[in-house]
Formats: sequence, structure tokens, C-alpha cells
Amino acid sequence: MPHNAKSSSHAGLNVAVLVSVGRHPLTARARRADQDARAVEMALSMSDAAVHLIHAGGNGSDNEEALRGYLGMGIGEVNLIKQSSGADVVPALINALRDTAPQLVLTGTRAETGEGSGLVPYLLAEALGWPVINGLAQVESIEQGVATVLQALPRGKRRRLRVRLPAVATVDSSAPAARQSAFGPARRGELAARACASVPDELQAQWQVQPARKRPKRLKIIKSASARDRFKAAAAKADSGSGQLLSDVSPEQGAEAIFALLKEEGVLR
Amino acid sequence: MLDTLLPILFFSALALAAIGAVRRVRLWRQGRPSPVPLIRGLAAMPRRYLVDLHHVVARDKAMSNTHVATAGGFVLAALLAIAVHGLGLDSTILAWALLAATTCMFVGSLFVAKRRRNPPPRLSRGPWMRLPKSLIAFSLGVFLVTLPTAGVLPEDFGNWFLALVLAGVVAWGLGELFFGMTWGGPMKHAFAGALHLAFHRRPERFSDKHGGEGRSTGLKALRLEDPATKLGVEKPADFTWNQLLGFDACVQCGRCEAACPAFAAGQPLNPKKLIQDMVVGMAGGSDARYAGSPYPGKPVGEHAGEPHGPIVARQGTALVDAETLWSCTTCRACVEECPMMIEHVDAIVDMRRFLTLEHGNTPNKGAEVLDNLIATDNPGGFDPGSRMHWAADLDLPLMADKHEAEVLLWLGDGVFDMRNQRTLRALVSVLHAAKVDFAVLGNEERDSGDVARRLGDEATFQSLARRNIATLEQYRFERIVTCDPHSFHVLKNEYGELGGHYEVFHHSTYFNHLLVNGKLSLRAWKGGTVTYHDPCYLGRYNGEYEAPRDVLKALGIEVEEMARSGYRSRCCGGGGGAPITDIPGKQRIPDMRMNDVRETGAELVAVGCPQCTAMLEGVVEPRAEIKDIAELVADALIVDATAESASRDEAAEKTRRAAEEVTL
Repeated sequence: MPHNAKSSSHAGLNVAVLVSVGRHPLTARARRADQDARAVEMALSMSDAAVHLIHAGGNGSDNEEALRGYLGMGIGEVNLIKQSSGADVVPALINALRDTAPQLVLTGTRAETGEGSGLVPYLLAEALGWPVINGLAQVESIEQGVATVLQALPRGKRRRLRVRLPAVATVDSSAPAARQSAFGPARRGELAARACASVPDELQAQWQVQPARKRPKRLKIIKSASARDRFKAAAAKADSGSGQLLSDVSPEQGAEAIFALLKEEGVLR
Repeated sequence: MLDTLLPILFFSALALAAIGAVRRVRLWRQGRPSPVPLIRGLAAMPRRYLVDLHHVVARDKAMSNTHVATAGGFVLAALLAIAVHGLGLDSTILAWALLAATTCMFVGSLFVAKRRRNPPPRLSRGPWMRLPKSLIAFSLGVFLVTLPTAGVLPEDFGNWFLALVLAGVVAWGLGELFFGMTWGGPMKHAFAGALHLAFHRRPERFSDKHGGEGRSTGLKALRLEDPATKLGVEKPADFTWNQLLGFDACVQCGRCEAACPAFAAGQPLNPKKLIQDMVVGMAGGSDARYAGSPYPGKPVGEHAGEPHGPIVARQGTALVDAETLWSCTTCRACVEECPMMIEHVDAIVDMRRFLTLEHGNTPNKGAEVLDNLIATDNPGGFDPGSRMHWAADLDLPLMADKHEAEVLLWLGDGVFDMRNQRTLRALVSVLHAAKVDFAVLGNEERDSGDVARRLGDEATFQSLARRNIATLEQYRFERIVTCDPHSFHVLKNEYGELGGHYEVFHHSTYFNHLLVNGKLSLRAWKGGTVTYHDPCYLGRYNGEYEAPRDVLKALGIEVEEMARSGYRSRCCGGGGGAPITDIPGKQRIPDMRMNDVRETGAELVAVGCPQCTAMLEGVVEPRAEIKDIAELVADALIVDATAESASRDEAAEKTRRAAEEVTL
């Protein structure tokens, strides 16, 4: 790789990281959300960048414990925008981002609790009129308001993108793992709470939430005589029989192709 | 002329020593406060020196005799010389006594000199090489200047030149033995050592008059109440003052170095160098003047520190590298060997606490294991609801159902490990055979906190410990039995400070009780030769060397002892989170231990610890078989319904056959 994120200086860069309260997949205990923590790690690895952490949500002792997990990574404070439970946090986040005016907003791809739709970054980008990048793997350099970043694609592929700042970027599990959260700094760091009017999420209020049923998994039957065959089967790419790669097409053509596919699959009728 | 010179020499040496003592004490006082009983400590010091310290020194008979002659002769000679030559008491009896004392010291010094002619590598050189000469100078010089006083030679014997030469020799001896004692020469160990014994931070580790053995091995709890205080030790001055005093007492004999498994494996740790580095940090400076074996792979002279500077740098080098601290397996071999009763493991864990709790810098898998412990209460990150899956067919009685049992069987995190599940099954079958009324906590059990604590995460340890104590509080039981010496140690010695006091047995001790009470009948052992590996946390930490051997004897096994067994047992490499932090060395500690086993020619190693089992079984074949004592006992059980079990065995044999792998 031509650039190393750590070698280039990002002096004067203002990075906001949106963090949420995570939930351990086995025990459901509150913790720092894995992808959000990776976003914080990415922000911290940009030398000399000013990093602000923003969390909008309800407050509970569990939540505080989880948010302190981010403070333990060596962050002085988390800006806590207090919202009532069941509120739509997007308007509050938009206000906060307008106030702090960061050049780059980092966040996880989707939350581990709540709706977890992964739409927040897109709604923010839409409201602020900023571009959005998903699956950020590395920020290579930022020069004159243009960031060169690597985007993670399936199977370890990377795509280099150039994006004009300010922008919103989401981080998934292909980004470097978050550093350890230390108990001392976590306890000493500050949760700077700020009240903000809550906009109730009316749509969500009408929803009925129930635990997801485990979907049956299709068994992969491997008929193999030797270990070599089994290894090949395990390491092989999943079949992607149909599908087409579109490049250098206009947005309309792309949208048409997607529309056609959705019809073909019976999603749209 | 000597009559005027000698008092001047003696009193100026004493005065300089006093100034040095004040300076030295001020160095120690840089540390954090730690209240000690001053008078009681000083009063206990002679006994601690003559009994406890000498008990350790006497493991090397020749060296202990040398030390008795030299040190005893010196103390007596110094006191008498101050009276005779300093104060000018003209007493022939005192003079003769002084002659006897110096003779004794001289003979001792000759043995010191002999040892220094070709010293083993564990001994430090440098200033220590001149010590025998200084000892000889003092004893010989004082002997000669005393001859006229004793009336052996006429008062006016010799001339001014001879007098000057003698005065010079005495001055040399005084310089090393009085002045050097407080200004940092090799004799510093006498001054610092005496006070260290008096103000030791673990006074309970010393024996008492009633023959109590004295053992204090549990780590001391870190107070977490105040968020503003720094956690753990960042700078030399963050140690308590009596810890600093303890470091200063080191004689650099290198017994710790010879016993340290990490040092032998070529990992960058040498307990002696670590203590010397703390002394360097306390006084400020670089380690360039250290004259012993370095940390393997780390040349001397590249590290420096100061009392208020960091011990481990976030980047670059400071006093000590982090990997040195993470190499320790907390096996306590160094503490066991140390004749100066220095607490190396406490110091290492104190520094680890800072690295984990303040820096968030636990190496390799450390962070992941700690995260797992926080989120799932076990280091592997397994579903805490699956703790009892291994025993799905055993129908183990749960405490939650029974509320009361004679024995609470503490299973430990071995429940998630398929190898340890075999041991647990064996343990359960023995308890059934002995008709013991027992129950398990099942999913209510959590990790004991041993690994978290030794990785420096005191917060997670205390959280786990408090929740375990609250769980245990709900039930009534007489004792806890466990097959994991780490849980055993933590439950027995470290939960007390947090409010949990239990009678805890290692399964080998409990088996021994059952055997003594005739609750078990065993078939005689028919296998080959067997050796026994002492787990550190059972042996050195808790002094249980006999019960496992008694159980093996009851099985009819004659243990073929390894060269390093009992209190000198070599660690398997699995303690203190060492397999998690995994600091590379030249060889692996379990490989060295398996070589010890190989030397005995044993075909089987009996162990009593899941960690030891895992570490030793990780050694490549061909090697001796590894079996837990519980498995050996379970295999030898004579159960009443022999016919039934035989048919079951046959069935089991058949199923095994049916599932046999077919090679194509």
C-alpha cells in the first residue's frame, strides 16, 4: 500500500465518531459496540486528528457502563445527547453534527441494539448533503479536503476511493480491531450529557417487536474422499452462478438493473 | 600513632555510614506510604533472620556455614572493635574476644574468596568480586591492630610505616563494611535486609514461636473505590516504601535466576535483574553498571529510569520492557528461593496492573481473554449457559436444587475443555464411589478470577470474586473441593479479603482424606514407572506436597521423583496468564519440564492441575503419558457392582470399535 494511515499527519482534522451501546451476542450484556469501537480505533489511528465521540440515546446504568468502554480507549469525553427511549435519534444527531461541523463522521455499519437497520449514516448523509462510504477499511490520506480511503469489499478485496470531505463513513468488521479498553481511563473519562428535544419515532411505536426465529440453514453436503477435497470444499468460493457486474453505467441504468433483479426474484410485484 | 588514628577511622566511618543511612532511608521513603508496626517489626527481626531467612540460606549448606562464620564474625568484631579501638576500652578479655571474632570472620572470608574464584553464572560480578578482599582486609587488619591490645605483641611494636599500612588496611575494610553498607556497596544487603525483614509487607509469611509454618501467597487487593487514584505501579515511586526497601535488600545471589522457568526458556525475564532495575529506578540512572546475567536477548546498558519516571514506556524504552513483565508465569519459584524474602511476583503483578488498567496494553490474547471474562464470565468466551453441557449424562446434583451439601464441587473453567472434562468425569466417579454428598453450582459458577487478576485486571477479578461470593453465600456446604489449583488458591487465599472465607480442598487432599477414612478401595497399580509434577499453585502457593504423593502411594505407585520436585518444582509454563500473553523465548517451558520427566524414565506423569495437563500434553510425542490424579484413582476404583461395570466396559469397547477410523 502506498500510504500508511499512521505516517501521514491529519493536523486540524475534525473527526466525529458516532457510538452506540452494544450488546454481547451470547450474554446480551451491554458493552461497547464492536463496529463502533473499530470506528473509534480508526479515528484514533489518524495522528493529530481531533476526535469527538457522540452518542444519542436513552440513559441507564448499563448504558453508561458500555459508553465508558469507549472512554477506556483513551478518549477524554463522550458527548451524550440525552433522548427519551423510543426517540428517533437522527434529528438530534443532525443538530449535533451541524454544531460541531466535523470533516469526517465515522460510525459502525449497524447498531447491536434497537432497530439496527444500518440506515442512520444514510439518513444523516442525506440530511446534511454529504457523501457516504460504507465498509471503510483504512483512511490512507487526507489532502486539501479530499480523502483517499480504502473500501472493503467481500473476500478481502479493497477498492481505493477518493471522496470530498465532509463525508460520512461506516466501518464494518474488516476494519482493524479496536484497542483494549482500560478500566482506569474508562472510569475517569467524562460523559458530557446534554439535553436535546426528543423526536418520537412514530413509525417504530406502531411496530410489534419479537425475537427473530432462527432460520433453518441449508445443509452443505460435501461428498469427499480425502482431506484435500474437504479442504477445497471449505475454502472454495460460494457459488455465484448468476449475476452481472455493471461498471461505467449511468445511475438510471443501474437502477433499472436493480429493479429488474428485484422483479425477477419476486421481491417486487 | 594507631591509638589516635583508629578512633578517628572508626568514628568517621560510623558517621559517614549514618549519613548514608539517612540518604538510603530517604530513597525508600519516595515510595507510597504503608503503615508497619515499627517496634514489633524490629523486635521480630532477629527471629525472622535467624529462623526464616536462615532456613532458606541453609538449603545450600556450604554457603550457609560460610555466611554464619563471616556475618557472625563481622557483627561481633564490629561491635567489639568499636569498643576496643573506637572507645579505647583497654580490656584484654575484649581484645581476645575480638581476636576470636576476626579469626572466625577471616576463615569465613576465605570461603567467600574461594567461591568467588570461579563463580557460577547466576552470581553477579562487578563490585561483588571485591567483597572477599574487603572482608579479608577488615578481619586481618583488625586482627593485627588488636594484637598489641591483647598483649600478644608489645605496645610499641613496629614503626610508623607499619602503623600507616595497618591503618590503611583497616580503613579499606571499614570503607566497604561500614561506609559501603549504607552508600550502596555490596554490604548494603545487610542494612537494607535487616530493615526489610523488620518491615516486610507480608509479616504473616514468617514462622512464629509455636512452630507455625507461615505462608502468605495471596495477592493483595487493589483499592478501587477512588476513581482519581492511579491503579497499579507506573513509576518506581509508586511502589510502597517497604517494597522499595525489599528491592534494595537483594544480594544478587541469583538463586531466583537459576529457578526462573522464563529465564531458562530464554524469555526476556531475569528476576534478579528485575529487582536490580527497580533499585536503579529508585535511585535514578541506567542499568549499565549491573554485572549479572541480563534479560535473555536484551543487552545491559540500554535501559534507564528515575524514581518519578515511567517503568514501562508506551513507546521506546524506559526502565523495563513490557514483555519482561509479561514473561512471568507467577510460579513463585523466585520468591521461594530468595534468601532475602523479596516478593518478586507482587512487584510484577503491581506493574502489570498499571499496564492493563491504565494503559490498556495486555499483550497478544490478553485483551480478548479479559473481554471474554467481562462479557461471559469465562476466558474462552463460551456461553455461560453451556457450563454443564459436558455433564449432560451425569445428572449432577445442583446447589440450586439442593441448597445444602457436604461438599461443593467447584468445577472451574475446565468444563469447557474436552481434556479437562475427562478429569472432571473421573473426579465425579470417585466422589460417587465414596458416597460423598456433593453438589455443583452449575451455570451459577463463574471463573474464579485467577487469570484476570494475574493479567493485572484487578477490576474484573474483584467483580467476578464478589459475584461468586454472593452466589456461594446462598448455599450451605462444609467445604469446597476443586481439581483446579488456581481456583483452589484464589478461593482459599484471595477471596478472604473480599469477604469470602471457605474451607477449600484440592481434590488430591480430599482423596487422601477419603482414603485415610477408608471410603475408597483401590486396585493396585499395574502400569509402569510414574513421576509426579507439583503444580505451583498447589505446592509453593499452598504447601501441599504430601497429599498427592500419599494418594499415589495408596495406589501402589512408587513415585520416581524428578530432580526438581516439591518446593523446587519447575513450572509447566501455564500460570499467570503466560500462555495468553505468550512472550516468545528460545524454547518452551513445558518442553523443559517434559525433559525433566524424561530424565526420570517415567512412562506416566501424574498431575493435579488442568493447566499443567494442557501444557504438558502440548509437548510433542514421544513423551510420557499425562494423567490427572483423579483419573488414576478413578481407573483403580473397586466398585461393588463389578459385573455391571464390566458389561458396560464391554459395551463401551464395542462402540469404540464401531467408530474406529478406517485408513484408506
